[in-house]
Amino acid sequence: MIIARILGTVVSTQKDERLTGKKLLIVRPINVDGSDTTGYVVAVDTVGAGFHERVLVVAGSSARLAQGMKDVPVDAAIVGVIDTVDVN
Amino acid sequence: MQLARVIGTVVSTVKNESLHGRKLLVVQTLDRNLESTGKPMVAIDSVGAGVGELVFWCRGKEASFPFKREDTPTDCTIIGIVDSEQHVTR
Repeated sequence: MIIARILGTVVSTQKDERLTGKKLLIVRPINVDGSDTTGYVVAVDTVGAGFHERVLVVAGSSARLAQGMKDVPVDAAIVGVIDTVDVN
Repeated sequence: MQLARVIGTVVSTVKNESLHGRKLLVVQTLDRNLESTGKPMVAIDSVGAGVGELVFWCRGKEASFPFKREDTPTDCTIIGIVDSEQHVTR
């Protein structure tokens, strides 16, 4: 899993019907110290995360294993809102 | 599978229900000389590892196999603790 920060939202009306009702967010992977990296991923939100929050993102086929994502065509899912990261 | 050092912990209160009760650790991947390589990742612990320990982990869908494999959304799981650095022959 990677740590990411939510940058924005995506609105899509015409989409696979299994994505109906799913919130799509733009997230940017960040380092453990909170500094930004480059690039972005569009991820489905499963936890109700909000703008600028630090979140955990699961990528690949594992994203489908999150509750509510069974057989949904996604390869990135937000599965947790991060409270703290402690790194020695 | 790759070797890694556990370098920290992650606390997440609001998370997908299928991750409730799972321990989240920050792991730094190591190369064959046990030097850091690449960026740290967040992994779920399946073996009871702690900060500072040398572990190995697997990526991809197989990472969910130590748990309920159809219900655990993880792409990075610690699946073993290396006894000591002397036990890594290079």
